[in-house]
Amino acid sequence: MAESDHLLDVQHLKTYFYTFEGVARAVDDVSFFLDPGEVLGVVGESGCGKSVTAQTIMRLIPQPPGKIVEGRILFDGKDLVRLSMEEMRGIRGNRIAMIFQEPMTSLNPVYTIGNQISEMFRLHMGLGRREGLNRAVEMLKKVQIPAPEKRVGEFPHQLSGGMRQRAMIAMALACDPEILIADEPTTALDVTVQAQILDLMLKLREDFDTAIMMITHDLGVIAEIARRVVVMYAGRIVEEAETLPLFEDPKHPYTQGLLRSIPTLGRRGPGERTRLEEIKGMVPGLLDLPEGCRFSPRCPQVMGICRKKEPFLGRIGPGRTVRCWLYFDEPGKD
Amino acid sequence: MEPLLAVEHLKVHFPIKKGVLSKTVGYVYAVDGVSFVLQRGQTLGIVGESGCGKTTAGLGVLKLVPVTSGTIHYDGKDVTDADGRRLRALRREMQIIFQDPYSSLNPRMTVNQIINDPMQVHGVFAGSERQDRIAYLLDRVGLSPEQGRRYPHEFSGGQRQRIGIARALALNPSIIIGDEPVSALDVSIQAQIINLLIELQKDFHLSYIIIAHDLAVVEYICDHVAVMYLGRIVERAAHGPIYTAPKHPYTQALLSAVPVPDPKAKKDRIILKGDVPSPINPPAGCRFHPRCPYRMEICDKKEPQLQDLGGGHEVSCFLYG
Repeated sequence: MAESDHLLDVQHLKTYFYTFEGVARAVDDVSFFLDPGEVLGVVGESGCGKSVTAQTIMRLIPQPPGKIVEGRILFDGKDLVRLSMEEMRGIRGNRIAMIFQEPMTSLNPVYTIGNQISEMFRLHMGLGRREGLNRAVEMLKKVQIPAPEKRVGEFPHQLSGGMRQRAMIAMALACDPEILIADEPTTALDVTVQAQILDLMLKLREDFDTAIMMITHDLGVIAEIARRVVVMYAGRIVEEAETLPLFEDPKHPYTQGLLRSIPTLGRRGPGERTRLEEIKGMVPGLLDLPEGCRFSPRCPQVMGICRKKEPFLGRIGPGRTVRCWLYFDEPGKD
Repeated sequence: MEPLLAVEHLKVHFPIKKGVLSKTVGYVYAVDGVSFVLQRGQTLGIVGESGCGKTTAGLGVLKLVPVTSGTIHYDGKDVTDADGRRLRALRREMQIIFQDPYSSLNPRMTVNQIINDPMQVHGVFAGSERQDRIAYLLDRVGLSPEQGRRYPHEFSGGQRQRIGIARALALNPSIIIGDEPVSALDVSIQAQIINLLIELQKDFHLSYIIIAHDLAVVEYICDHVAVMYLGRIVERAAHGPIYTAPKHPYTQALLSAVPVPDPKAKKDRIILKGDVPSPINPPAGCRFHPRCPYRMEICDKKEPQLQDLGGGHEVSCFLYG
């Protein structure tokens, strides 16, 4: 029996991909937790490992080439890493659900919306066909799709992008899951539709008391809905904090750079057009990671030790960790 | 001063054909009566959501899609019906940077060939000069001459966008249209490209039209902003007023919907109902009326026209008289 005080407790997770060119350490020793009803933001750029982390929790990593090399994912006294595919199917979609970035490719184009939502009820709750469809209509109503009785019989291509994402959310919340993992759920949507979906997700969180793990590259979205934030870079967590302290006083040079480099509405004064602060260089490839700190080649405050030894993720305050030599004198233990 | 580019009542309608005889059964009113001017050395931003016609407007100006009606004046000359040699000469002056740096570069050509291509097509710069120019352009966009011998797949997204910019600069154009030039890039790379565009504008005396959905990016680089909705411009102003005092209910909703990276920012958000209607069958009257929170009786009967509220701040809405 694996015990944890948290709803979801990810410990020292490592997911690697074994390719012809070498081993890609996509998720490399990542630990975080999620408590009931909270919204955790996971932020990072492409290749930082945020999506692979989510897929690992859902056990959706194709093996091979992927492999969960190490770590535990504790949920309700079970280690998800050790579950059989059979056992995992009882949890996936039922107790931990996920929504994806592109609702068109994650819905099946040859089944109606109603059919796909009611499948959840048939599979996980053993309801019959008619009862399942009735519940599907109810769910569509909850995610504020107009004329749900009509929409339930329609196919994904007949819905707009925003409506498809609502249908995805309806499907994800159908079995009243304890955790909802949202992987860039609004990235493909227009801003006014994004506002609708974020608003809906927060409302549903209150109604269903679902914990949300929100994966995004958009710091604006994080500021809107997350209570706590994990910042990832090249497969590692580089900083973790509550949302307000993170935005007010970012510690890691990468977080600082990210926050300074985004143009923010209303920040430009009249007439002036100064250079944006930029982070030099580019995100390193996972097959070719720099020695020492993975951010060191781009870091404006790089020191001698940074290029030799990778910093550990150290605690610098309650609920606040950072992986940077600026805050720790000598090499400690990870 | 005479504007470098003046577009008036531009309409781009795409016919919808059906059946064996390809009978036209309707039109997509992608751009439906759009007017704007671009002053020398300035940047005009066109913002709007998907399907509003902002990209088609840009393509129409470049004559990459057939223009249904309206006029385009470049440097005082009417170029609406330019074709053949005149169109080629015009293309030399107007270049485009695309959104997706992956699909807009030929994977079988080296970077040198990609940048050389426009010069060869237009027969400008002598053979020996071209090599120097390619090296110079690569240097200006932050790449090394050695990288010119590589192929696009060897570069990251940000670097590919730099290659696209170098190609656009090759003919020394006066106007560059950027169609979502940074939206496919990572956050930390966006700032690099925005800075590069601003820097090049000064050095090469460029005028930009930046087409984007990201209002923060547009606010940052543009002098003037036009907001489009369903093929029409609903509001137009200098960059300051449009952000501090937006007038059109759509602009207000659009601005309030942008997530601000500041957890303490107050959130008096206007959430619009529904989706953007289809441009095949746009609503009668004001095209925004089905989603408008301030909708009045007149709105579904008459279409409002752009009117100046003073200082060049134009809006098309019945709330303002």
